[in-house]
Amino acid sequence: MMTAIANPSVSIQDLSLNFGAISVLETLNLDVAEGEFIVLLGPSGCGKSTLLNCIAGLLDISEGRIFIKGKNVTWEEPKDRGIGMVFQSYALYPQMTVERNLSFGLRVAGLPKEEIAKRIARASEILQIEPLLQRKPAALSGGQRQRVAIGRALVRDVDVFLFDEPLSNLDAKLRSELRVEIKLLHRKLENTMIYVTHDQIEAMTLADRIAVMKGGVIQQLDAPQTIYNRPVNRFVAGFLGSPAMNFLEGRLVKDGGNWYFAVEDARIPLSTYTFEKEPTPGPAVFGIRPEHVAFNSGAGWPFAATASVEVVEPMGSDTLVWLKLGGQNFTVRVTSERTPNNADTVSIGFDPMRASLFDAKTGNRL
Amino acid sequence: MSDQAVSLPLPPATIGREASGPSGPKPRHRFSRRNIFLYGTLIVVALYYLLPLYVMVVTSLKGMPEIRLGNIFSPPLEITFEPWVKAWSKACTGLNCDGLSRGFWNSVRITVPSVILSIAIASVNGYALANWRFKGADTFFVILIVGAFIPYQVMIYPIVIILREIGLYGSLSGLVIVHSIFGMPILTLLFRNYFSSMPEELFRAARVDGAGFWGIYLRIMLPMSLPIFVVAVILQVTGIWNDFLFGVVYTRPDTYPMTVQLNNIVNSVQGVKEYNVNMAATILTGLVPLIVYFLSGKLFVRGIAAGAVKG
Repeated sequence: MMTAIANPSVSIQDLSLNFGAISVLETLNLDVAEGEFIVLLGPSGCGKSTLLNCIAGLLDISEGRIFIKGKNVTWEEPKDRGIGMVFQSYALYPQMTVERNLSFGLRVAGLPKEEIAKRIARASEILQIEPLLQRKPAALSGGQRQRVAIGRALVRDVDVFLFDEPLSNLDAKLRSELRVEIKLLHRKLENTMIYVTHDQIEAMTLADRIAVMKGGVIQQLDAPQTIYNRPVNRFVAGFLGSPAMNFLEGRLVKDGGNWYFAVEDARIPLSTYTFEKEPTPGPAVFGIRPEHVAFNSGAGWPFAATASVEVVEPMGSDTLVWLKLGGQNFTVRVTSERTPNNADTVSIGFDPMRASLFDAKTGNRL
Repeated sequence: MSDQAVSLPLPPATIGREASGPSGPKPRHRFSRRNIFLYGTLIVVALYYLLPLYVMVVTSLKGMPEIRLGNIFSPPLEITFEPWVKAWSKACTGLNCDGLSRGFWNSVRITVPSVILSIAIASVNGYALANWRFKGADTFFVILIVGAFIPYQVMIYPIVIILREIGLYGSLSGLVIVHSIFGMPILTLLFRNYFSSMPEELFRAARVDGAGFWGIYLRIMLPMSLPIFVVAVILQVTGIWNDFLFGVVYTRPDTYPMTVQLNNIVNSVQGVKEYNVNMAATILTGLVPLIVYFLSGKLFVRGIAAGAVKG
């Protein structure tokens, strides 16, 4: 699964972490390339923040090794790892001004005054926080605080930036603004960044590669588009995408040399679907994203059906239509102009090429 | 034209505006039944608690002949400060006849170092227990808390022997050590809970910034914890100043703290009972904790409620 990276910036090898009898991370491997933006994505309690804290050295690991810039830092103190970290709650020192917040780490390290001033000037220019330098954190807004928190990582002049859900405490508008700024910052600095979030939009927009985690295990590590279009299992498929992917429970059957997915009396031909390996007949789950379903667009699709509208949810830019297909819930995303009425009967069609098939028992992609 | 205008229905907003009804802040009745009960009760309770203090102050300002008349509530006919002077500098305890002043300075010499020492140690204890989860931290904490429930009486005699063996029995430094140790469980609990309520990410950020155990304590935690230090100071000053048991057990007559000396003045059996001197002496002894409360009441409440509000 892991693609070998020649000179990884961060390399995690067989990392395990147990709290007593509870295993939080299990023999986890992850290589992050130089200058790469990796997002650790997963639901609460999946171990993504824990993993980040292990990389930072704030948690002692049970097994395995961590390399940063080719140096084994498994037992190093956080300050000696060459990392800067940004926290969800900003974690600014409340009694210090912004300037002293930024310089704290440098003063602890005993850097000369001119060097400190130079680095603060650079960081505050990049983040445009020069007017705030003499203020206390209490006198800053949420977005400004998060900027200062990023600045504190910036002045450390490190190779690897760690972000622990940095935007989760901000409102939606500010979040999207800062998201873009973080992306620009990454392009400007070209540092390695490891970013933890539970927000799939942040993950999709920021990442070079996403690592989807569940239960302390990386489920899939790949480019955002690949993860979105070809999820390796049902968990990844269901976790990414909003509105969520449609899942139909049914059976794989072979008829006259062709594979079909049978759900109640309907049969979805799978001639355009690319199987991972030669399938076997049996129970399976068919998944297709709501935006990959064509709506009232006539014939010409490998699979077409009619269904009655149950609920219509207008969301502004587009509308989500809930249908019943083969007795199971099915959603379709349509543009606002084509919104149907409740109880209308509509026709839908899709190409199984864009679908995902999962084993009913293991949940793995077929 | 005008007919048309009349027939038009008014928009809803206008209807609401035109109707007269309550608007603005709700009027308050100063002499409502609720207020009379509330303030009446408060005044009665306050009077009840203030009455003894009033009697003490009034009595301490009277001469003995006037006290013998027996009207303890009546204000003094002739105000005299003689009892106060006597209580402070002339009252006899045992062989010494220099009043409470000796005990006062002894108490200062006991209280100041005990308060500083116990708070310094307990705050570091609490910080270590809250933020540096060392192995056995929980066990250590449980043992410390159990210490708070052991009655002092159990330990009096063993400590006498320990102090004798290390040659500190009867000295002020011996008593300072005893006070510092006995303040430890409750103060550590206080500080641990306060530091635990601080965001953990702050501690992590400081570690990433490279600050060590003492660096984080002195530069991050201390400046943020003034309220809890004030609470600790108040608890310790009043506790140690008011202590009688340890004072009487671990010191000698010339190093007795003020409370012990007060007891010796008030409970002396020979001669006439000088109520006015006794009252003055008692007020003098109670004055220090009282002043501490008055000066720091606001900070005290803030510190006690600290965990409840976001910083």
